[in-house]
Amino acid sequence: MAEEPALVRLEGLTKTYGERVVTPVLRGIDLEIHSMDLCALTGPSGSGKTTLLNLIGLLDRPTTGRVVIEGTDTGALDDEARTALRGRALGFVFQFHHLLPAFSALENVMMPLIARHGRKKAWIREKAEHLLEEVGLAERMTYRATDLSGGQQQRVAIARALVADPALVLADEPTGNLDTQSGEQVLEMVRDFNRRLGTAFLVVTHDDHVASACDRIVHMVDGLVDSDRRSG
Amino acid sequence: MPFELFVALRYLRDGRLQTGLILTGIGVGVGVIIFLSALITGLQQSIVGRTLGSQAYVVVRPPEEMPRVVEGGAAPGDALRAVETERPPQRVRSIVRWREVEALLERTSGVVGVAPTVTGPAIATRGLGSISATIRGIELESYSTIVDVRGRLVDGTFDLTGFRVVVGTELARKFGVGTGGRIRLQAAGDRGGVYSISGIFDYRSRDLNERLIFVSLQGAQTLFGLDGGVSTLEVKGDDIFGAEDLALGIADRTGLVADSWMAQNRDLLVGLRSQSMSSIMIQVFVILAVALGIASVLAVSVVQKAREIGILRATGTRRSSVTRIFLYQGAILGTVGSLVGVGLGTLLAVFFAGLARNPDGSATFPVALTAWLYGRSVAVALGVGVLSAVLPSRDASRLDPATVIRNG
Ligand SMILES: Nc1ncnc2c1ncn2[C@@H]1O[C@H](COP(=O)(O)OP(=O)(O)OP(=O)(O)O)[C@@H](O)[C@H]1O
Ligand SMILES: [Mg+2]
Repeated sequence: MAEEPALVRLEGLTKTYGERVVTPVLRGIDLEIHSMDLCALTGPSGSGKTTLLNLIGLLDRPTTGRVVIEGTDTGALDDEARTALRGRALGFVFQFHHLLPAFSALENVMMPLIARHGRKKAWIREKAEHLLEEVGLAERMTYRATDLSGGQQQRVAIARALVADPALVLADEPTGNLDTQSGEQVLEMVRDFNRRLGTAFLVVTHDDHVASACDRIVHMVDGLVDSDRRSG
Repeated sequence: MPFELFVALRYLRDGRLQTGLILTGIGVGVGVIIFLSALITGLQQSIVGRTLGSQAYVVVRPPEEMPRVVEGGAAPGDALRAVETERPPQRVRSIVRWREVEALLERTSGVVGVAPTVTGPAIATRGLGSISATIRGIELESYSTIVDVRGRLVDGTFDLTGFRVVVGTELARKFGVGTGGRIRLQAAGDRGGVYSISGIFDYRSRDLNERLIFVSLQGAQTLFGLDGGVSTLEVKGDDIFGAEDLALGIADRTGLVADSWMAQNRDLLVGLRSQSMSSIMIQVFVILAVALGIASVLAVSVVQKAREIGILRATGTRRSSVTRIFLYQGAILGTVGSLVGVGLGTLLAVFFAGLARNPDGSATFPVALTAWLYGRSVAVALGVGVLSAVLPSRDASRLDPATVIRNG
């Protein structure tokens, strides 16, 4: 396991916001995420979890330090290349579900692949339908995203994150806005996909129950990794 | 369907109210342009058509006779002598070797018809009434290629054989004659004769209807003492507004005087030009308003859709695709809006043209609805749509996905 190159390797990652009033948000993060990891990211509000996720997800650039994904140092890549790498290797589940309200559940799931391949194709539709069946939304595929419940939307978001077969899914509080039962469903789904497909997950959560369901828990305090341990 | 078009269409469908309003706006704008262009083009065509319905594009005639010197009264031997010049009385003269000139004109590019004519003044009399007339001797076949004289006939036939003439409605009225009636024509040099009227034309011009009298070419040659000669060669070109250039070219190559209809109708032309200019100004401002409308709708939509654009970017949509999504929206708005405008403008134009009719059944306000006008309007609207979308689409592509998602 140690021989295998890390899926994501973060080296001395810092991020500060603001120019006159400088706010250090991340203050030197070193972290590795390996394939098939099911990793929780915990920490108090404002500790920099979402910021870290955005950096790993190539949505933002670090102030200093390196983000290496699948052996590629992403600092040197231009926007086009970052978009391509993101589309190929990473999936997102956002803190607020963030589906596209103008599109149906099925179209939302298909979207990353349509964007990548330039147009709708039959196999894309089949793949998206299959994923929606797996997350238990076979009956709701044609519903507009806005006509679904919060839990259903989050399941659509998970299907969308998985549709392009990413190596790693970054999920920002996927259960945060859900009731216990819906949260439990989503959590089960994450564990199931991790086991069956080998997809690595980095799950930000405030919920101890969710954290303890993961194999590894990274705890952040004030822009630094406070502890990194195997759970259970 | 390309991914960007798919998203663009959905966004337009999703923002139904905005889309509907801006489409109506573009439609009204394009409709006004079509209506205005059709009306002005139609009016101009009918004015020009009316002018050229009785006139050649270019009239070629011999140069005026040079003034001749009359001896002054100064003593011989002086270094300076006062001289007097005197213009000879202008008489009807023939173009030298006109058959060669005619052949040359027929070979000239841009010329579609040439007709030799003899035109000169005469007095038409009947009983005690007299009218100073313009006699035009023509060969019916060649002259018909220049002016559709037979189409102007309102009574009788266009027969100029023997001592037959065709006169205008006004002359017939003044003399109280109809077809079969007789009038006397008297030219300079005591040449003249009695002619019978075979037909009556209506040129829709009081002056021409009174003064113009058609006789055969030979008849006019006899009347003006031009044995075998012609005083003018009338030319029809293939481009109405190219007549001036054509005339210049002809004058250059033949050394003769060549007058275009444009030179003879300067005022009309200035009127037409300023009318076209004001029409263009109005169109430019309407297009500007349409462009600003499209741009502002798209700019608002970029703000409204910021979060969704962030999500699209985060899930693998390229920056260039985001740009294209908004360019597509501009293009679609422009095209669909202009189609609405085509419908609206056509309705308006047809309705307006049907409002008032001349006694002869033609429209008082003729409209020229052409494929060119439609095609041009749609093409312009498409271009304007895309151009208007450039700035909003750049804004959209520059949105930072991290920021818009975080502030969700
Ligand atoms: N664009 C920005 N400009 C300035 N400060 C920012 C910006 N984005 C985030 N911050 C600050 O960075 C800090 C960390 O924010 P972040 O969203 O990463 O925290 P978090 O751990 O995800 O918190 P939560 O659990 O509440 O989601 C916060 O203090 C926040 O105010
Ligand atoms: Mg957060």
